[in-house]
Amino acid sequence: MTDSEQKLLLDPALLGSADMPGAPGATGPLLEAVEIRKRYGRNEVLRGVSFGVERGDVKAVLGPSGSGKSTMLRCLALLEPIDGGEVRLEGRTIGVRQSGSRSVRLPERELAHQRSEIGMVFQRFNLFPHLTATGNVMLGLTEVRHRSKAEAGRIAGDILERVGLGPRAGFYPSELSGGQQQRVAIARALVMNPKVMLFDEPTSALDPELVGEVLAVMEELAREGMTMVVVTHEVGFAKKVADRVIMMDEGEIIEDGTPDEFFGSPRHERTRRFLEAVH
Amino acid sequence: MNFDSEVFLTALTSQGFRDGAVIAIALTVVSQLTAVAIGLILAVMRESRLRLLRGASWTYVWIFRAIPTLVQLLFVWNALPQLFPVLKEEWFSAFIAAWLALSMNEGAYMAEIIRGGLLAVDEGQQLAARALGMTPFSVFRRVVLPQVVRVIIPPTANEFITMLKITSLASAISLRELLTYTQQEISITFRFAEFYAAAAIYYLVIVSVFMALQAVLERRFLWSSQRGGAGRLSTALRGMGAR
Repeated sequence: MTDSEQKLLLDPALLGSADMPGAPGATGPLLEAVEIRKRYGRNEVLRGVSFGVERGDVKAVLGPSGSGKSTMLRCLALLEPIDGGEVRLEGRTIGVRQSGSRSVRLPERELAHQRSEIGMVFQRFNLFPHLTATGNVMLGLTEVRHRSKAEAGRIAGDILERVGLGPRAGFYPSELSGGQQQRVAIARALVMNPKVMLFDEPTSALDPELVGEVLAVMEELAREGMTMVVVTHEVGFAKKVADRVIMMDEGEIIEDGTPDEFFGSPRHERTRRFLEAVH
Repeated sequence: MNFDSEVFLTALTSQGFRDGAVIAIALTVVSQLTAVAIGLILAVMRESRLRLLRGASWTYVWIFRAIPTLVQLLFVWNALPQLFPVLKEEWFSAFIAAWLALSMNEGAYMAEIIRGGLLAVDEGQQLAARALGMTPFSVFRRVVLPQVVRVIIPPTANEFITMLKITSLASAISLRELLTYTQQEISITFRFAEFYAAAAIYYLVIVSVFMALQAVLERRFLWSSQRGGAGRLSTALRGMGAR
């Protein structure tokens, strides 16, 4: 990661000149969940989840498994339709349009366009096994951003260099360690120049010795002002990097505070018990 | 033993066998390629959310797998022109009839093979591709399909070889492929062993070429940065021998 000290991950010259963190005219949360509800059959997974992420902030989401954290991220990324509430990006409701008094899910083509503004990193990396690291990073650029192959290849090579994978650019996912795969996955999301990045337990599938290299890239992103929502079990990362920490339990947010408040004096008994359990 | 090697060699190098082989290969290639296209459409229909499409796909596979290939071939050649007079015209040759029958029949089998390939693609990658903002068509073409191809190469190569041998059924509708010529010559010379042996040699050689092509294809889909001269015939052949 020595390179990234000089070369930024969020380099407007590389990623294009969409609004950078702290762009003028930005007021209110960048990404906002308003009373999101989601159920699978009779099982209510999200029971009215509301929170906002300020521009340039990192929000860590903690909670026991099955508390709805991953589902919430998928709803924010428009990968799952929601049953109630709304998702707002820069104050604008996304994923649906108003038809009279009802909100109707947007057609797939328009959803795709909105999704391209939200980066997503998965627990199991989900790299495309038939493409090299470079190919994985290029695909969104050529297919969604309609860049030429040459240009996409150049950008992909550059960003892989910056996440410390320059020498591995021509390798296939099966030839990379978990930590390297996850860094490719981060680069793949990053080249789309997203307004916000969502991380779904990005280090949970990694061997302990590989966790550090992924967290280092995420820390660098946070330092450069990327807005992030990170579902994680890494309490250390939440303490050090997050601006706000929220606790989810049984489909609800039961605690939302700064790391000091959250870890120092959690208000909720369930938060206290959870923190004791993960420590 | 009464095996006339001169008759055998003359048969082997005869124009009739060469022409028969060309027809057999041509019929195999066009029928199998058409079958892959039919199978792909059927497989996608089978995974559709619409019940009507799922039902139509299921019915097709049911019918075309159930009825013997020879019956389908004879039906297309003899019965269809009776039902549709337009097929009585000159252009509806034995080759076209065989192509139609064999590809529709094989399409049912390919549908199941491709469906298996579709089920083998990890859903996480489709999720990741959608998260990038790719449209459903783009996800299918760039992420799903390349992985399906890799999974279905071995079973499809199997089908290809089977298809070559099934083309011999077309001798029943007097298409001049390998077996038709063989039988015609036997009926004149009564040299069974020599002519059957010559035909067997042709099938062996053609299948060997198919196998080499399969090895080339499989190498192309190795997904390894170490594959070296991947996709080149010589490398593939070496790989084939090593297995």
